[in-house]
Amino acid sequence: MKYLDEYRDPEAARLLLDEIRRVSTRCWTLMEVCGGQTHSLLRHGIAAELEGMVELIHGPGCPVCVTDQEAIDFACQLAQRDDVILASFGDMLRVPGSRGSLLDARTAGARIQIVYSPLDAVQLARKHPEKQVVFFAVGFETTAPATALAVKQADRDQLDNFSLIVSHVRVQPAMESLVQAPDNRVQAFLAAGHVCTVMGYESYESFVKQYRLPVVVAGFEPLDLLEGILACVKQLEAYEARLENRYARTVQAAGNQPAQDLVREIYQICDRGWRGFGVIPEGGLELRTEYRRFDARTRFAASALPVIHVDECRSFDVMTGHLKPPDCPHFRKSCNPESPLGAPMVSSEGACAAYYRYGMTASR
Amino acid sequence: MNCPVSIPANADCVTLAHGEGGRLSRKLIQERIIHALSNETLQAMNDAAQLPRVMGSLALTTDSFVVSPLFFSGGDIGTLAVYGTVNDLAVSGAKPLWLTLSLIMEEGLPLVILDRVLESIANAAQQTGVKIVAGDTKVVPRGAADGLFINTAGVGELIAPIPPGAATLQEGDELIVSGTIGRHGIAILAVREELGLEPLPSSDCGSLLRPVECLRESMGHQIRCLRDATRGGVAAVMQEWAEASGMTLSIDERSLPIAADVRGISELLGLDPLHIANEGTMVIAVKSGAGSEAVSLLQSLSETAEARVIGTVKPRGIAAVTIRRTLGAEQPLDDPLGSPLPRIC
Repeated sequence: MKYLDEYRDPEAARLLLDEIRRVSTRCWTLMEVCGGQTHSLLRHGIAAELEGMVELIHGPGCPVCVTDQEAIDFACQLAQRDDVILASFGDMLRVPGSRGSLLDARTAGARIQIVYSPLDAVQLARKHPEKQVVFFAVGFETTAPATALAVKQADRDQLDNFSLIVSHVRVQPAMESLVQAPDNRVQAFLAAGHVCTVMGYESYESFVKQYRLPVVVAGFEPLDLLEGILACVKQLEAYEARLENRYARTVQAAGNQPAQDLVREIYQICDRGWRGFGVIPEGGLELRTEYRRFDARTRFAASALPVIHVDECRSFDVMTGHLKPPDCPHFRKSCNPESPLGAPMVSSEGACAAYYRYGMTASR
Repeated sequence: MNCPVSIPANADCVTLAHGEGGRLSRKLIQERIIHALSNETLQAMNDAAQLPRVMGSLALTTDSFVVSPLFFSGGDIGTLAVYGTVNDLAVSGAKPLWLTLSLIMEEGLPLVILDRVLESIANAAQQTGVKIVAGDTKVVPRGAADGLFINTAGVGELIAPIPPGAATLQEGDELIVSGTIGRHGIAILAVREELGLEPLPSSDCGSLLRPVECLRESMGHQIRCLRDATRGGVAAVMQEWAEASGMTLSIDERSLPIAADVRGISELLGLDPLHIANEGTMVIAVKSGAGSEAVSLLQSLSETAEARVIGTVKPRGIAAVTIRRTLGAEQPLDDPLGSPLPRIC
């Protein structure tokens, strides 16, 4: 397949692995920020191949995993109302809130519709004027432009039956919170290619200077990841800390300006609670005052049920590199895809799910 | 009903009276169903079909078909019902003979839709040489069903040699798929979820009768087992066979035949074609060394022109089913929980 097979070539991958082996004099600790990268690294056996040369820490880059339980509880609560259709991306459905998941709510009779784009949710609102359609707006900077567009359309069409549970999160503040922690183990970052496609990578310049850590923008295919890892290792070996773009076929320095303008028009930066991390300053996006009427929290006077905190899930330790999923005492025991303790086990981009799915060789 | 077929606004529809046994019921059965599926046994309208004696032992299977939308690129619920049941018999080593057909219709189902489904059923039955010999109709109130549900039972005559089954798998046996995988599930997804794809991916919905007959005639004793890879896809068949045999079934990712559109959509949505349903694709295990002959034979038939050897049977290793990825790593192939959900980005 064009643009895919050429980045999965086993021979080229072998050459890159050999090169990483040749240049590394010690085992470096890198974080791939994005859950999509985590899955690719494990699916293709790259993490296992790099053992002893590079330790990969699977970062917080899965929006499903870091969505606050309170937001899931709120979504379940709204979905159970007779006058509401809750629209959500598919992989949010199995994630446990403190009183069960959206799938549990659906089994109990809640009307929940899987959508592939926020614009589908707007379409749903047009088709069902008798219902309130609430879109569960989860995601990083990659999905924020599409939900911004949905808000614009709803505004233009004067739809009074469309609203969002805004749970958008921002990657860079989370990276900062990680490296500021006293027990930080990350020595270099593979930045998430999809996010940089939208946001560009210029904003990482100050991050690199401030924290003296290499940041390399990388894609998702095996050769993209290996090239990114090699670039990180070369910098670390040379005691350098630079910003590099190894995903140039997709990512431009300034990113996608119209998408950024749209996000700025609809949203403003806010502090946001991240599941496992607590509140991250400037870690999220919320609707601007002039669009606040599309905020489901403004529209519905739902009673805020207290979150029942169950602290068994060690996902924070996993996402900060202090625990490998197979070393978690719950992994494959009390925590599995059938009865997950936390989101990383059920999200399609979650690190624990990746180890569960591909991990027998990677975890050795 | 989310159906891409255009229906006239004033279309005649199935009503609750069609299911109450009176004149309207008889009219529906005689003028539409029996008319479409015409054969002597059905026309006798007895309470039970009277069937001739057969030489061999019998195989019996039953299946229910609940698909939304009713029509999709490459087939509809009618072709699914006939091919699905015929394929179950064929891969079990039986020559399909008779089918029963139960229609559970939702009040409001347009009769033109019913006619189209019946026409599909008649064509598929004629193509595969099975007779629909008994049936039933029920009408349920609007909202109690999704347009139309179909239940079938199929009777076939077992013909030697019957494949011995997955419990007999041995080290070195070769695993084959008869065509590109995941097409049915992706075709349904594309229409149901209105993904806006052009052209629409097409289902593999079809009969496996001829390929199975050819395989059986030419290399019957070399076949260990056959299975049509419907719900759960090829991966589910592999898991079942591994459990039955106690062996490891090892697949090579690079050898999997996957159509470009199925691969693209799967990549986009984070789905694995190995876990996606097929409706005219089977998995075959043959004795060591017989893989290339079986594949050549299958490739000579239009239904199975994309057949490939995809893996081998090994002594039980790291997992029941493994997959060798593109870069060479061998990993367990998991058995997913329920249907896979498309991912966020």
